[in-house]
Amino acid sequence: MGIFRSLVIKETLHVVRDKRTVLITLLMPLVLLVLFGFAISTEVNNIRVVAIVDRHTQETRQMLQQLIVNEYLTFEGLTVHSEVEQLLKTGKADAAVYLHDDNGKISSQIVVDASNPNLAQTYAVYIQGAMAGNLDGPVLTHTLYNPQLKSAYNFVPGVMGMIFILVCAIMTSVSIVSEKQSGTMSLLIVSPIKPRTIIFGKLVPYFILSCILLAIMLTMSYTLLDLPFSANFLNVVLITLVYIILALSIGLLVSTLVDTQVSALLVSAVIFMLPVILLSGMIFPIDNMPRVLQWFSCIIPARWYIEAMRKLMVQDLALSYVWSELVILAGMTGGVLGIAVKKFNNIR
Amino acid sequence: MNNTIEINNLSKSYGKLVALDDISLSIKSGELFGLLGPDGAGKTTLFKILSTLMVPDKGSASMCGLDVVKDYRQIRLRIGYMPEKFSLYQDMTVMENLRFYASLFGVSIKDNFDLIAPIFGQLEKFPNRFAGNLSGGMKQKLALSCALIHRPDILLLDEPTTGVDAVSRDEFWQMLGGLKEKGITILVSTSYMDEATRCERLAMINSGHILKIGTPTELVAELDENLYNAVAKDMFKLLTLLQKMPEVLNCYTFGATLHVVGSNDFNPRKVTAQLVSEGIPDAKIYPAKGDIEDLFIKLMENTANE
Repeated sequence: MGIFRSLVIKETLHVVRDKRTVLITLLMPLVLLVLFGFAISTEVNNIRVVAIVDRHTQETRQMLQQLIVNEYLTFEGLTVHSEVEQLLKTGKADAAVYLHDDNGKISSQIVVDASNPNLAQTYAVYIQGAMAGNLDGPVLTHTLYNPQLKSAYNFVPGVMGMIFILVCAIMTSVSIVSEKQSGTMSLLIVSPIKPRTIIFGKLVPYFILSCILLAIMLTMSYTLLDLPFSANFLNVVLITLVYIILALSIGLLVSTLVDTQVSALLVSAVIFMLPVILLSGMIFPIDNMPRVLQWFSCIIPARWYIEAMRKLMVQDLALSYVWSELVILAGMTGGVLGIAVKKFNNIR
Repeated sequence: MNNTIEINNLSKSYGKLVALDDISLSIKSGELFGLLGPDGAGKTTLFKILSTLMVPDKGSASMCGLDVVKDYRQIRLRIGYMPEKFSLYQDMTVMENLRFYASLFGVSIKDNFDLIAPIFGQLEKFPNRFAGNLSGGMKQKLALSCALIHRPDILLLDEPTTGVDAVSRDEFWQMLGGLKEKGITILVSTSYMDEATRCERLAMINSGHILKIGTPTELVAELDENLYNAVAKDMFKLLTLLQKMPEVLNCYTFGATLHVVGSNDFNPRKVTAQLVSEGIPDAKIYPAKGDIEDLFIKLMENTANE
């Protein structure tokens, strides 16, 4: 036990004395969460709407009133059909609402500037929502779990999935490889300690660092970013711990495969970071990807983690709903850790 | 105490590159044994096998009667290994490094301080300096202290004096002498010929082969009698002319002079006269005392001719 303790102390000294890295590690999650939560926002405010009304009635007035009071819409006034296209083209309006009078019955049509398709969909949903209840019409949209379509809800799981790969995989692999490069690793191996003691002595400090990060990110998510807090957060912690261990194992595996710090960084970054950002569903929905990439995304741990986190954090579902994700993540952890430890043992 | 090292027909290659080719060596208990050879001779590979970091392809080696492949766990407790690069944690202080290496072996610094005291003495003045900020000589002393802290029976030092100033190198060899007196078997490699003479016995090694084993005096005695120094202002012309002469077996630069290995009918006076007539008026040839380096050059020449 004494050996293990001094290994952990030694490793902690490395981490703590590298002040720049510690600072970046602790600040990065904060910056990313704020950036993705607020600055890079996919929520839509101030949709400028014009209306074209065939014949004013009590009913149309009421509908216009609803457009005017809605906080996400800015009502730009009435116009005529011939003007609409010009207004949309010049960007003076984002959407136009037509209220037709069919023999006393009001029917409506929404025309949206779809030069940005994502935005256009959101415009349509908002306007429909604003007018909902007043129409006998067919459209009635409810956005459950995230009624305001806040982007923080989307990005918190994604950012967490990214940070842990970054901290655990990259930092662990770089630290192990740096010992290989400086030659201290061969002295560790030549000492009487068992390889697995060396490994766990290396992993523990990074595990603790990750737990601190988890605490910081959860606190931010539940306070600053207003994610719904519930007892479910214990399940969030559970899944995340599994994910952290998985990321640590990946770092360990990388360190057994490469010999220089630069290549450790590149392998971790290119093989693990890019897929996390692009293929995990954090930014681009997996269902929209080509079939091959969808299959490929299955082997990316972050995909399962982010999926589980959305269910737990945003939908507030019970643990039983993320059972499959948990099993997959645990299985991956077992597999990667097993291979990594075996490979490390072979160094001798 | 059985602190011997036995190496029998050891071979190791990396792919096509043969690092060690059928090496056999026997080192006595308590001996200060030197391994002399240029870079790439296979010295580090031999150290890696002995320190149980690497498994040989063929042959066997034993230390203190323990096999390096089978009994590697026990061997690790009994050897102190100092790799080519001083393996210290640069971001840890002198004391932190020493304490860490002591804890790896489960020993306390206090119990074994007597062994490292003569080496560690100078470092004691700044226990809180980071290892990365130490001078080369200090790093070397700290690394040696760390390798000794668990009182090993055998000390393996892989080029311990590379990158260290001349004064520190001299101190270092004195320390090794002190350790030898405590009964520790020391195997040390070096590429500096002058250091080699400070070992009790030497093995000369080149491209995976052992060229010769013996005490420094024995080895030097084997040198040809016909070894001469040659000097002139125009050293290059001197060298080219000498190399062309039939009675000159070999001629190479040696410090500020040329060393000439002559055949039996080499007559210094005749050769000097010939050189003067060929345009080197200030040519001077006088007998030289051969040393390890001359032997090394001779042995390498022999293997190249075979």
